[in-house]
Amino acid sequence: MPQIKSLDELRNLRQQVERDISTRRHTGTTIIVGMGTCGIAAGARDTMHAILEELRKREIDANVTTVGCIGMCAKEPLVDVEQAGQPRVTYGNVTPDMVPRMIEEHLVKGQVVEEWVVGRLQSS
Amino acid sequence: MTEPIYRANVLVCAGTGCASSGSRSTMAALEAEVQRRGLQNEVRVVETGCRGFCAMGPIVIVYPEGIFYCQVKPEDVEELVEETLVKGRVVSRLVYEVPDTQQAVPLYEQIPFYSKQQRITLRNCGVIDPESIDEYIARGGYEALGKVLQEMTPSQVIDEVKASGLRGRGGAGFLTGLKWQFTAQAAGDIKYVVCNADEGDPGAFMDRSILEGDPHSVIEGMMICGYSVGAHEGYIYCRAEYPLAIKRLHLAIEKAHEYGLMGKDIFGSGFDFELIVKEGAGAFVCGEETALIASVEGRRGEPRPRPPFPANQGLWDRPTNVNNVKSYANVAQIIRNGAEWFSKIGTPKSPGTAIFALTGKVQNTGLIEVPMGITLREIIYDIGGGVPDGKQFKAVQTGGPLGGCLPASGLDLQVDFDSLRAAGAVMGSGGMIVVDEDTCMVEFCKYFLTFATAESCGKCVPCRVGGRRMLELLTRISEGQGTMADIEMIEEIARGMDSDSLCALGQLTPGPVLSALRYFRDEYEAHVREKRCPAGKCEALIAYAIDPDACTGCMLCAKKCPTACISGEKKQPHVIDTAECIKCDTCRQVCKFDAVRVASGPEEIAAAIRAQHH
Repeated sequence: MPQIKSLDELRNLRQQVERDISTRRHTGTTIIVGMGTCGIAAGARDTMHAILEELRKREIDANVTTVGCIGMCAKEPLVDVEQAGQPRVTYGNVTPDMVPRMIEEHLVKGQVVEEWVVGRLQSS
Repeated sequence: MTEPIYRANVLVCAGTGCASSGSRSTMAALEAEVQRRGLQNEVRVVETGCRGFCAMGPIVIVYPEGIFYCQVKPEDVEELVEETLVKGRVVSRLVYEVPDTQQAVPLYEQIPFYSKQQRITLRNCGVIDPESIDEYIARGGYEALGKVLQEMTPSQVIDEVKASGLRGRGGAGFLTGLKWQFTAQAAGDIKYVVCNADEGDPGAFMDRSILEGDPHSVIEGMMICGYSVGAHEGYIYCRAEYPLAIKRLHLAIEKAHEYGLMGKDIFGSGFDFELIVKEGAGAFVCGEETALIASVEGRRGEPRPRPPFPANQGLWDRPTNVNNVKSYANVAQIIRNGAEWFSKIGTPKSPGTAIFALTGKVQNTGLIEVPMGITLREIIYDIGGGVPDGKQFKAVQTGGPLGGCLPASGLDLQVDFDSLRAAGAVMGSGGMIVVDEDTCMVEFCKYFLTFATAESCGKCVPCRVGGRRMLELLTRISEGQGTMADIEMIEEIARGMDSDSLCALGQLTPGPVLSALRYFRDEYEAHVREKRCPAGKCEALIAYAIDPDACTGCMLCAKKCPTACISGEKKQPHVIDTAECIKCDTCRQVCKFDAVRVASGPEEIAAAIRAQHH
């Protein structure tokens, strides 16, 4: 175990370990994966794993949650991206290979990938 | 980089409260179910400290949503994992329901029990894994220690703590910064820092919850204190009845050593500090600082006259700073956020928060942290959810067995050190017991007095003899043998104990009785003058009888009566033989028609017996 010898070293360590408890606070960004029977059958679990992996790689702070079926089963896996103060964007038929671009454009650059969007919900 | 990023954290409370309602088997079941479904790389199950809502334990909180599940049993786990962690749905049957309205409240932050709380001292309790120093650091832990050692002089630290207005959370409310200053200014090159974790009040468990749920916060506070007073060694005096707290303290000290946050040359500043956990045998008097010091030294736990105060002559006659667990737990946050931040919470004279173990006749029992200045009404009704079963509120006892009680007219009193004291109650250790109309205030005081006299160390006469005599007088009153002179005698003994006892144990032992005589004197006088217990609780003054108009002759009471003193034909009103009745209350509890009456006082008893035979 490395010894901490200054406040800066402590703060560096804090940055690393903060991610471990980031799910316990609101990050301002929530990615919601449809995980009803329809979603699971369409491969939502793989999609979610790809999302988690991409967030980890890019060190992006976001909460990932699952929800049940919302009825648009043909478009599963459905992935919603919700950011504070903005309408919730729903992407349809999200396969794992689409995830890097979705995160790159939506979360990093702030541009919605319009061609994949199937709906928008005003934040409630 | 093989460390997975978890999308969900499932926090299971493993404080002593939830552990005793079975949280360990719930936790094991959760881990097994997460494994079985192959979710172990996306869902993390974390053992945390106390969340305070112990009545609802075992408590499980699912993040990021913050879904709050109550009383989760191992058999509920499969459904919880399937619904919430796989499908993202709330299991409504495990969600908290507001008792009166049956309204379900799935989210932690919306539960009324929590909404009026302000968790500062308990900010990490139930939020982090107490066995992980990383999680404490992730919440800003040890930054205050680093700041103090790298950027501040000892006197700057003391000034900051003084400016915050922090008052000792052990009960007396002395200014913490000033206490530190006394120790810092005391002559001597060897000084000590002591943490009083000898929490002994029946029903109070806030210190235990902090030690179990956030041990590093206490350790960091003690080290900051050590630096500012010039001590390099600290002792945590914790009772051996708190095995989990002691285990986690040892673990926390070990981890702090591994990170170089304790030991030699901390933060490269040249400051050395070591901490020792001293287990106490659980004598109540050892919560008194001089008795505590004697016990740490290996001597019998008895107080000695002060002065000299421990700040000048404490552990092994060296200058010693003694503070309570909660006081130390506040220090790091004061340093990190600034004295001004802290002084704006609560009231100007009692800044910060207060922690209470809310118990007795309230819907929501548990551990709560509230800003100073909140009213008792807000605590009891908004957080506690009021008195259950439609009963009337009668009194609230604050400060544990050495505290005092307040009647309904005191409900709008602000909670802080000075207003409680002025009203005859005290902040004390933070016990808060609510009683309803069915409680007899003579019985109630007898309970506390029995505890206090049993815990008297016996060194000084006022406490040893005074408490015993007072208990005898109270017992006489509760048995209908008391006189008005006995009440006066109680008051006279109380004055002597208050002025002449060696320590706070003897001085405050009369507290509950004195406050009860102040606010419920008529109830005492009813026992003496009318031989009547208005609450119908003092056995010698009551009799059980059956109301023939209400009795349906169902025979249930006769069947359950342990002395077979109830007789009567089927479908005919029954009769209790008062001579044989042992007043066990069973008949009244089993009766579905509310036909069993408790009469008190000679006239009422005679009338009830007459009616029964009519």
